[in-house]
Amino acid sequence: MPIRAQFDEELLSIKDQLKQLSLDVKESLDTAIHVLYQGDVDKARQIMEDDAFIDAKEEQINEEAILTIAKQQPVATDLRRLIVAIKISSDLERMADHSTNVAKATIHLGSNHGIEINPDLREMAVLAMDMVDLAIKAFEHEDISLAQKLAEMDDEVDALYGKIVRELLELTAVNPEQIQHIMQMAYTARYIERFADHITNIGESVFYLVKGRTYGLN
Amino acid sequence: MTVKLDERKDMKTTTNIESRTKEDHQKKTAVEESEVFQVSDLNLWYGSDQALYKINMAIPEKRVTAIIGPSGCGKSTYLKALNRMVEMIPIVKTSGTIKYRDKNIYEDKFHVEELRAKVGMVFQKPNPFPKSVYDNVAYGPRVHGIKKKAILDEIVEKSLRDAAIWDELKDRLDENAYGLSGGQQQRVCIARALAVEPDVILMDEPTSALDPISTLKVEELVQELKKKYSIVIVTHNMQQAARISDKTAFFLNGELIEFAETDELFQNPSDKRTEDYITGRFG
Repeated sequence: MPIRAQFDEELLSIKDQLKQLSLDVKESLDTAIHVLYQGDVDKARQIMEDDAFIDAKEEQINEEAILTIAKQQPVATDLRRLIVAIKISSDLERMADHSTNVAKATIHLGSNHGIEINPDLREMAVLAMDMVDLAIKAFEHEDISLAQKLAEMDDEVDALYGKIVRELLELTAVNPEQIQHIMQMAYTARYIERFADHITNIGESVFYLVKGRTYGLN
Repeated sequence: MTVKLDERKDMKTTTNIESRTKEDHQKKTAVEESEVFQVSDLNLWYGSDQALYKINMAIPEKRVTAIIGPSGCGKSTYLKALNRMVEMIPIVKTSGTIKYRDKNIYEDKFHVEELRAKVGMVFQKPNPFPKSVYDNVAYGPRVHGIKKKAILDEIVEKSLRDAAIWDELKDRLDENAYGLSGGQQQRVCIARALAVEPDVILMDEPTSALDPISTLKVEELVQELKKKYSIVIVTHNMQQAARISDKTAFFLNGELIEFAETDELFQNPSDKRTEDYITGRFG
């Protein structure tokens, strides 16, 4: 039996839970965007309710990480693995909050708003979801070259955000009576942009995990 | 609504981080510190078995230096080389130099008694003499010729105070030290070492025979002692090394693998073998 088998199992369990949480968070954004285009207010409410499950999972990861720190007294990379798990779970939880914000925007828009949802919002969300996959892969394999790519992808998200906001501003000029609805779309763009920023935080956590130094990707 | 796209910072490259890491490290090590011991190319053999290989390691003044490593790695041998206690084993041979305050301690003109008065030692198991607390602490000063009761009283009180045990024992000075608890005995042994006004205190696993509370008391004491003395502590307890030392050395198979600031060594060791040992992956 290898030395510290129990500890390694605990680390692995936390890692698996983080992977699962990342999938849940990705799905929350995927559903929120789908619901936005569908104008499905009921489903949007469901997303808001489901956020509680994600919060509970984050809490569970934090509790296990803290308990493991107390029991196993880890140092060096082992300690960073646990600290980073706590940070990443917190980022994932905040990301899910942005998915619920998108759902709230859907509720504010209502089902009969009569305006076309900007198609680039979907593109932005798809990019953000790809970033989630990459970030978790970088975390799982402790690979900083993958983490580094997140910065480039985040720049693409930011560029799309700028483009969407400019288009929406132009739209307000010709449709001043729909400014409330257009604002909700601009907010949504902002929520996805913030969602992606949290993913770059995960990339930074991976850097810290591997290098033991803080490093800015934003 | 404003979009601040251009304000985002350019992405840094990996090379940037690496150079920053190096700079940080240089900044940390650039701090000037005086050294009580300078050890160069120290080799040591027990008969034909080599126990230490080319050790280069200086002991900083008024700081706590911890030595960690698995059993048989040479850490206690290194410690005992510093006050020439290894010589008590007849088959020991050494090469290289150990300088204490710039004087080579293995040169004939250097008196071993003088060295041991300046470099005190505390052992794993408390080893008080079967005498009263007072006589234990006064033993060294008496050997050095101090006879006046008033002076001895003063030395005993000061040493017991410095060893953080005066308040517990001031009314029990005439009691036999054997009747004290293990933790108290160890602090009396520390007081006994302090009574001859040493410069350096070597501690060989000083808390491994003590209960957790006594251990914490000795650890607190070490923090106090480093204000006046330079301390070298060999310990199997890595958390203890992390808690109380300023610098940590990791020994493995008779070699010094890594010697760094404790914060650095426990957060970000530079050698894979150090990382494996401190994270409990071998040893």
